[in-house]
Amino acid sequence: MGSLGMIIGTWLAGFLTLAILSFLYKDNPFYKLAEHLYVGVSAGYWLIYVAFFDVEPMLVTPFMEETGVEKWILIVPAALGVIMLSRWFPKTAWLSRWPIAFTVGVGAGLGITANLQGYVVPQVQATLLPMTGFNLVSLNNLILVVGVVTTILYFYFSKAHKGVLGVTAKIGIVFIMVSFGASFGYTLMARISLLIGRLYFLLSDLLRVID
Amino acid sequence: MKRTVPLVITFLTGTFLVISFFVPHAPFGELEQRLLVWYAIVAGFTMLLGVDSLIRAHARRVARTREGWAFSLALLAGLVATVVVGVIGRVQYGSPFHIQSPFMFIYTYAIVPLQATMFALLAFFIASASYRAFRARNWVATLLLVSAVIVMLGRIPIGAAISQFFPVAQEWIMDVPQLAAKRGIQIGAALGAVSMSLRIILGIERSYLS
Repeated sequence: MGSLGMIIGTWLAGFLTLAILSFLYKDNPFYKLAEHLYVGVSAGYWLIYVAFFDVEPMLVTPFMEETGVEKWILIVPAALGVIMLSRWFPKTAWLSRWPIAFTVGVGAGLGITANLQGYVVPQVQATLLPMTGFNLVSLNNLILVVGVVTTILYFYFSKAHKGVLGVTAKIGIVFIMVSFGASFGYTLMARISLLIGRLYFLLSDLLRVID
Repeated sequence: MKRTVPLVITFLTGTFLVISFFVPHAPFGELEQRLLVWYAIVAGFTMLLGVDSLIRAHARRVARTREGWAFSLALLAGLVATVVVGVIGRVQYGSPFHIQSPFMFIYTYAIVPLQATMFALLAFFIASASYRAFRARNWVATLLLVSAVIVMLGRIPIGAAISQFFPVAQEWIMDVPQLAAKRGIQIGAALGAVSMSLRIILGIERSYLS
């Protein structure tokens, strides 16, 4: 990309940035234009991304290079993919349930093993913390264990939140609210950081007001 | 045929993947990898359905010159231009993601600024929404407000300039109570996902067939 390309690109990026930010004043044609462009360009980007990183290396290239069973077995996923497109024709749309069933089946199978192996077991393991002696580390570990248990119990709705369950659920809501507040603050600061990045781009790259 | 075959396919693929988790040896381990590749291929084709739906909706609006048709035209032009430029990049440079490829020009100067500014814009809306939601109406809402303020102040230099309490408290909130609740929610959500997956494999949950 030459320097002219970079200049054009910077002006384009500057226009699109200002067009999106103009929504802060009110909804206007510039914002609508940028919004629609964002959707169109993103869809095109993901189409190319899937074709280049997914379909080409997993289906097209192996089909051209492999021989024997390894080559012809690829007809199965290709056929499932093509059958998925039967949704375009009302009479054959029901056929698309087969590839959908396949993806749902794989997703469900992975849903069991990946969730147990990736979330439940490691998270439980990480929660079983030592509490040796009366010190700050043990206190924090105790708070962590109480927080995890009471949060889970808060979401237990098979029994009315009365008595012991009521007390634990109330402790759980304390942790949940602190967590939501912290997550909110964290997210907002990330967004502010993005905003600073865009303002820096406008003032530095586009207008060259600051270095 | 219309309902039974999909149920059988779901049951077989789901059960097979669970078995292959416990029996990683041939032929299960190898076939598991193959199924995952097939899954990625089939999922790739669904992208065409999504893009087709988008094109149809906006092409219809342009054809009938409905209100905002010019914006739909811009959307379609953006989509077509990106795909064409991607194909050119693939042919000319061997990859649309090559640094010299015109596809990367669109990515750098259109997608990145649009995406970053769109998310940056959300900062204002989150802030205004939180102004309404965060009023300390009761002690639970006050907890949310206090923890959000501490985390926000603790993550910026001005917070440390006001008091060293903010960065330290922020770190403690993120490492202890926030982590505890997040962990509890994650464990609960994961157990929920496992039970839903079981319902799907056993054919109790069939909403995906409708």
